[in-house]
Amino acid sequence: MSAADTELPSNWKKPPFIKSPLLRWSIIIGSAIYLALAFGTMDVDWQRAAEGLPRGKRFIMAFFPPNFSDNLGVMWDGIFESIWMAIISTVAGIALSIPIGLGAAKNLAPNWMYLTCRSIIGGSRTFPEIILAIFAVKLFGFGPFAGFVALSIGTIGFYAKLLAEDIENISPSQAEAVKATGAGWWQWINYAIQPQVMPRMIGLSVYRLDINFRESAVVGIVGGGGIGATLNTAFERYEFDTAAAILLIIIGIVMVLEYTSGYLRKWVQ
Amino acid sequence: MPLIDTPDGPVWKRRATKEILIRWFFWLIAVAIIAYAWKGISDKTIWFFVQDAPRQAADIGGRMIPPKFSYMSRLWVPIWDTLNIATLGTVIALVIAVPVAFAAARNTTPHPIVRTIAIFIIVSSRSVNSLIWALMLVFIFGPGVLAGTIAIGLRSVGFCAKLLYEGIEEIDHTQVEAIEATGASRAQQMVFGIVPQVLPTFAGIGVFRWDINIRESTILGLVGAGGIGLELNGSINTLAWTQVSMILLVILSTVIVSEWVSAKVRGAII
Repeated sequence: MSAADTELPSNWKKPPFIKSPLLRWSIIIGSAIYLALAFGTMDVDWQRAAEGLPRGKRFIMAFFPPNFSDNLGVMWDGIFESIWMAIISTVAGIALSIPIGLGAAKNLAPNWMYLTCRSIIGGSRTFPEIILAIFAVKLFGFGPFAGFVALSIGTIGFYAKLLAEDIENISPSQAEAVKATGAGWWQWINYAIQPQVMPRMIGLSVYRLDINFRESAVVGIVGGGGIGATLNTAFERYEFDTAAAILLIIIGIVMVLEYTSGYLRKWVQ
Repeated sequence: MPLIDTPDGPVWKRRATKEILIRWFFWLIAVAIIAYAWKGISDKTIWFFVQDAPRQAADIGGRMIPPKFSYMSRLWVPIWDTLNIATLGTVIALVIAVPVAFAAARNTTPHPIVRTIAIFIIVSSRSVNSLIWALMLVFIFGPGVLAGTIAIGLRSVGFCAKLLYEGIEEIDHTQVEAIEATGASRAQQMVFGIVPQVLPTFAGIGVFRWDINIRESTILGLVGAGGIGLELNGSINTLAWTQVSMILLVILSTVIVSEWVSAKVRGAII
């Protein structure tokens, strides 16, 4: 054994993720206290849960085999309603988002307009689509129109925000070059801003179509039409085999949409 | 960008004629689809109710003001429940997501078949909305916080595992090789080579998902899965509009606070 070997430290420890020991220990202890409190007050009826397990087994068994045939007409109706709802709300939402997004970009809009548009975006982002759907159902009655309104508002919060951020991040030199040719405001938007943000925006609209379809599957639970309404009815009538079929169809369509949207986004960019 | 020759000299146009025609054709198809979809919706709409909407809005709006502030005293417990559903759900999701992510990442998966299974878990968890998960779990566990927590957990697994496995695939491989060169076993390579690299990503994903889960857990009560949504549903069903507006205010402020916290924490991590 040479001298160099003995000089090497024999016990090496992995450096911790959070370097400050005070912060590290306060996070550990704080989360321990929180977990204890959370479990203490969660008020779980374990007996009910234990009772539920065999019931859950029966419930899950009732899903098999999925029954595609008995309610086929209703299921197709629901699916098409969902698809129409997703398309229309994406289109309407984007049409409304474009002016709002332009207004919410700091490098385009005056200050008062920036603030107004940002608060519209913030407002439509805070409430989940379901809550919007509840109110839309109250206002417009049961059916896909209510779902369409709720999803369109949800789309504004998503799309206008990303559009505004994208416009804020454009390369200013191109915009300046177009301005230097003496272009008017509309020409400036059309030739300097729009080509720069377009590829990403097309990708995002496909993505939002995907999201809107998923959401259209749940706004039905509160009466907003679409496949969610069919699913809810199936649950309420204890037709679990039909519910299983609907769930499988939703998963299938979502998977197809996700792959197509991923492929389209790659192709556009 | 073609120059088109005219008798008055060349004129610049943004697109060639053929390209313009193709574009118009695509627009035509798109408009046809949209019109057809709109017809599908408008056939199922009772337009009388839609025309009635402004009056309804004014009516409900009038009933919602002012919010019933005294109702706040009964909201603290539901808020605490909502926070717990979101937080514990995120914890469950992260615990499940870690092995799934390691099985799904190309560079750590033990076998391609395992990878396929892991990807399937991720996709199916992501495509079922948390409200639908909750709808099913309420049947099994009974109404309450437990069903909501598990619903949030199952829903978030896919999201967390997807982002995490993408993070694992993007790691710097030379570090892992360096650990391997010291004679470390596969498990040691993971602990000392991969985990330190993805830990910040992991923490970031957790906080990000927690923020989303706060939003989602506010509505789970609509199907009976506990939290503030339960109060919201009750108040709407009993037409207690002043309570509804109070609950909406509370949800609004919870979401804003959680967004602020998550932004701060993520800023500190990354």
